[in-house]
Amino acid sequence: MALTVVSQIFPREMIPAVLPLIEDKLQHSKEIIRRKAVQALYKFYLIAPNQVQHIHDKFRKALCDRDVGVMAASLHIYLEMIKENSSGYKDLTESFVMILKQVVGGKLPIDFNYHSVPAPWLQIQLLRILGLLGKDDPRTSELMYDVLDESLRRAEINHNITYAILFECVQTIYTIHPKSELLEKAAKCIGKFVLSPKINLKYLGLKSLTCVIQQDPNLALQHQMTIIECLDHPDPIIKRETLEILYRITNGQNVTVIVQKMLDYLKESKEEYAIITLSGKVAELAEKYAPDNGWFIQTMNAVFSVGGDALHPDIPNNFLRLLAEGFDDRKEDEQLRTYAVRSYLTLLEEENTFYPQKFLQVMSWVLGEYSSLATDVDPEIILTRLHSLLKKTFVTSDTKAWIMAAVTKIASHTSCSKTIDKLIKEFSSSLDTCMRQHAFELKHLREDRVLMKNLLPFDASCNDMVVDASLSFLDGFVAEGLSRGAAPYKPHHQRQEEKLSQEKALNFEPYGLSFASSVSSSGITGRQSPTGLSFGSDTSGNSAETGHKETNTLKLEGIRKLWGKEGYLPKKESTAGKPDEPQAASCGNLLAGRVIDPPASQSDQVSSLSEEEKEKQQLASTLFVGLGSNAGVSLMGKMDVATQKFKRKSKINETQTSEEASDIQNSAASTFGPLLDTVPVNKEDCEGNKHTRLRKPSLCSSDTLEDNLAFETPQSLKKPGLDDRLSDSTLSPLSLFADGNIEILQPSPSALCESANKTLSVPSLPKELEELPHSEVVELCQSDALALYLCKVWKDDSLLLAVFASNKKSSALNTVNLVFEKAEHFQILESPAHQFSVIEAQSVERCQKCVWMDKICTQGILPGSISYQSEMEPCLEFSVTLSLLDFIRPMEMTTEDFGKLWLSLSNDVKQNIKMSPSQDSLSTALSTLQQKLKLHIVDIIGNEGILACRLLPSVPCLLHCRTYSGMLALWFRSPCSALSDGLLYQCQKVMEES
Amino acid sequence: MIHFILLFSRQGKLRLQKWYTTLPDKEKKKIVREIVQIILARHQKTSSFVDWKDLKLVYKRYASLYFCCAIEDQDNELLTLEVVHRYVELLDRYFGNVCELDIIFNFEKAYFILDEFIIGGEVQDTSKRSAVKAIEDSDMLQETVEEYMNKPAF
Repeated sequence: MALTVVSQIFPREMIPAVLPLIEDKLQHSKEIIRRKAVQALYKFYLIAPNQVQHIHDKFRKALCDRDVGVMAASLHIYLEMIKENSSGYKDLTESFVMILKQVVGGKLPIDFNYHSVPAPWLQIQLLRILGLLGKDDPRTSELMYDVLDESLRRAEINHNITYAILFECVQTIYTIHPKSELLEKAAKCIGKFVLSPKINLKYLGLKSLTCVIQQDPNLALQHQMTIIECLDHPDPIIKRETLEILYRITNGQNVTVIVQKMLDYLKESKEEYAIITLSGKVAELAEKYAPDNGWFIQTMNAVFSVGGDALHPDIPNNFLRLLAEGFDDRKEDEQLRTYAVRSYLTLLEEENTFYPQKFLQVMSWVLGEYSSLATDVDPEIILTRLHSLLKKTFVTSDTKAWIMAAVTKIASHTSCSKTIDKLIKEFSSSLDTCMRQHAFELKHLREDRVLMKNLLPFDASCNDMVVDASLSFLDGFVAEGLSRGAAPYKPHHQRQEEKLSQEKALNFEPYGLSFASSVSSSGITGRQSPTGLSFGSDTSGNSAETGHKETNTLKLEGIRKLWGKEGYLPKKESTAGKPDEPQAASCGNLLAGRVIDPPASQSDQVSSLSEEEKEKQQLASTLFVGLGSNAGVSLMGKMDVATQKFKRKSKINETQTSEEASDIQNSAASTFGPLLDTVPVNKEDCEGNKHTRLRKPSLCSSDTLEDNLAFETPQSLKKPGLDDRLSDSTLSPLSLFADGNIEILQPSPSALCESANKTLSVPSLPKELEELPHSEVVELCQSDALALYLCKVWKDDSLLLAVFASNKKSSALNTVNLVFEKAEHFQILESPAHQFSVIEAQSVERCQKCVWMDKICTQGILPGSISYQSEMEPCLEFSVTLSLLDFIRPMEMTTEDFGKLWLSLSNDVKQNIKMSPSQDSLSTALSTLQQKLKLHIVDIIGNEGILACRLLPSVPCLLHCRTYSGMLALWFRSPCSALSDGLLYQCQKVMEES
Repeated sequence: MIHFILLFSRQGKLRLQKWYTTLPDKEKKKIVREIVQIILARHQKTSSFVDWKDLKLVYKRYASLYFCCAIEDQDNELLTLEVVHRYVELLDRYFGNVCELDIIFNFEKAYFILDEFIIGGEVQDTSKRSAVKAIEDSDMLQETVEEYMNKPAF
């Protein structure tokens, strides 16, 4: 139960805490618990793969588990692991194939069958694993052909589950290294699926077709008619799957039809998710196979208008980039662009139509860039269109910015326009600050035509801009400022750091007073920090590195403070701290000063500044107009999706721009602010960036350190436990084996036969022991030379273990040593070892050991080993399972004695047990207890009975029974609570069994 | 992997839900509402698979109860259908001719059975016998503990 919970609601942080517990459970004797433990580990693997890395060999053990359920559970893990790294598990292919063979061959227990198909879930799991393993690997695939063929053949009954298996088979066959025979069969299967009248099967068939079709397009030809039928199927999922097929078989010739179909579906569909994926596919197809420009633009228009704002941002970005970069052929470029402009103009002509924002953005960009290409259209018309758009309420401010940019661009190559004047007037008083800023920009640009022309050259959207990111041209200015006595510029974080350290120092004072002896050496820090600062001021202010160093030293000092021993005046620190403060303040001043100073005093710098400014603006505008805010990402992301028809002009350039674009991203933000602000803000940004980059590695290293630590602790914790478990695991198979064979008081003919077949003869007990109650003689272990048998004799004062060693060889064995190891629960009365000096050929020797139970447990294992002299020093290990009942003897007493004893005993345990119909009366129930548990019935009074027994040598336990309405109330009392508990457990077991 | 399992009646009442991915409650409610609507609106003749976001819904109707699983794209739909069927078989085996009322009144048992059958979104035990046995074991445990607690002391 707990394991179920574990695998359902487990947070990553708690895994190390419970992992050892769960690992323990992997060795549990019950299948269900082992299985659940494996499941829990699987869950852990999904959550945090590296935390369970060290127990991969345990998974292997689970795979070889005797129980099918456990094995099946371990397959989940393997599927996941193989998905990650298929090459690491190639060696397991054979065992997977073996398992599958067994499963398909019906070797599993019958209750794993599902509608007479053997363990379908297991089969499918295995098929998937095989598919992953055999992918692109002829050698491993070789191993699987047989079994795949076999499972194809077996899965013939008409039932869903067999279809499911078939489907999986087909998938596997197509993923592994192909073999023509199998492919043929698989194709036949697919045909069956597709033609099936059952809708579910049809869907599955289509699905497998989509997987297969890239390898074997001919298959689609065979099923042409079905596919066409499916296209008009009322069920949308079938339709979609069909479209998926079509998508995969699209080529230059059929693209128009297919895209048309897809668009039709898109228009009908209302589900957002489907629209996003499908429109993406349409755009991709259109880009790849477009037969002509007109069609391409139309299709894209349709995609934009249908897709709406849910579209993936890559789609419009890609589209615009295509337009901007164009093709190799200049003429074609122009054509495409003109066509686009015209189509957008006609679209915009229609009043009161609603277009998605993204579409509008695309339109405005295209119009802004290329409207002049359409020479017969008056720019005034375009401007009015755009203007009317701006006034619409559904247009978001983001889109408005795009439109404004377009207007600005158009304005740059039209002489003068009323619409623009109107527009400027209108938006200069707009409530939207963004719009107002744009309007002002436009106004000022219009006043300076030359600048405007420079700023907005025609068709320059894909030219590269070079930006001096380090702003080195400002160095001179900074140096001058410094020489005039200004404090060096410090980045924001540094100032904060300083402030923090000061605060710390101040806060420290009370502590220093109370622990006079351990007052820290804040003096050192006080002295050091100014030097650090002056050092910083020597190198010019833009070196972020020194700043970083300084922060480091500052941090260090913060720590040292606590551990110093000088006891050196906290006061001094506070005075030393003070100079920092004005410096920091002056820093702020400088910042402000820089903003104000340059235009006033230094004329040359003004020019450099304004140049820079211009550059910035240009960048920002292109950034805005051409690429949009996420351009940097999309440019990089889509680089590799090279299209077939449209060739990119300069890939290298593009990567550069994209890199730069991301650099400039922050500058784009800054252009919104007042113009002159840009430089310092930018500078700060840049330095901030550098700083973060510098810090990253250090952060990382500390992270990994922590990780390592976290990783180490559980391991070290686990080590002792692991050893224990190892020893357990070596024992348990033996004990299980023994357990299976030992049967108390019940003759087991099969075991006897078996042993009789294997060995010469089963030894028998000597006369004097024969008369006592004893168990069957069972085999403990054997090798080719020696066989060990055991018989339990329940003597009155102890449990006697009679061990028979039988020599199977034709020669005598010398100095055979039998040793019982020390067990936790049991005590062997004499010495635990026994030596047979010689065992003659084909004969049996016997030794007897008396055992008591030392610590009470319901069942325990007494391990031992036997060795004999020979060249190889062979050593046979065995273990004897002893149960509590072996040590329980009846205790005879009178009712009075019982009463006395009852009162003197303190530990009691009560329990109610349901009585089965067969033992409805008290007396029958008691007699079963007497027989099975060897209890002594002291007395029966009415519906109550009292019983007594003792644990060897003489620990009493009393039992009081009462029956009522089909229930048996048991009440145990004994001086030892564990004994009562153990007996209660035995009682329950006995009552259930009978 | 199965992301979640929903059982709801033809009236759209949710009878049982099991999530194998963590989602906030609000989100769950929204999803449930959405899915119930989608599935109830479907025709009897259509296939039992529906695309939903990036997942696929596999549903089947038993009497008045819809069983619906959301699976990933690469999962096998038919197999999931059989998972549902096997679950119904298990319920049937445990309750003996199961009906909707059984699930309403003994919802905790239905959950137990589901837990025995599917853990963490994967089928764990396909053997009918062992699953039912495990559930009976836990029932037994529960009963004995209860009785023990209720029984008056001597």
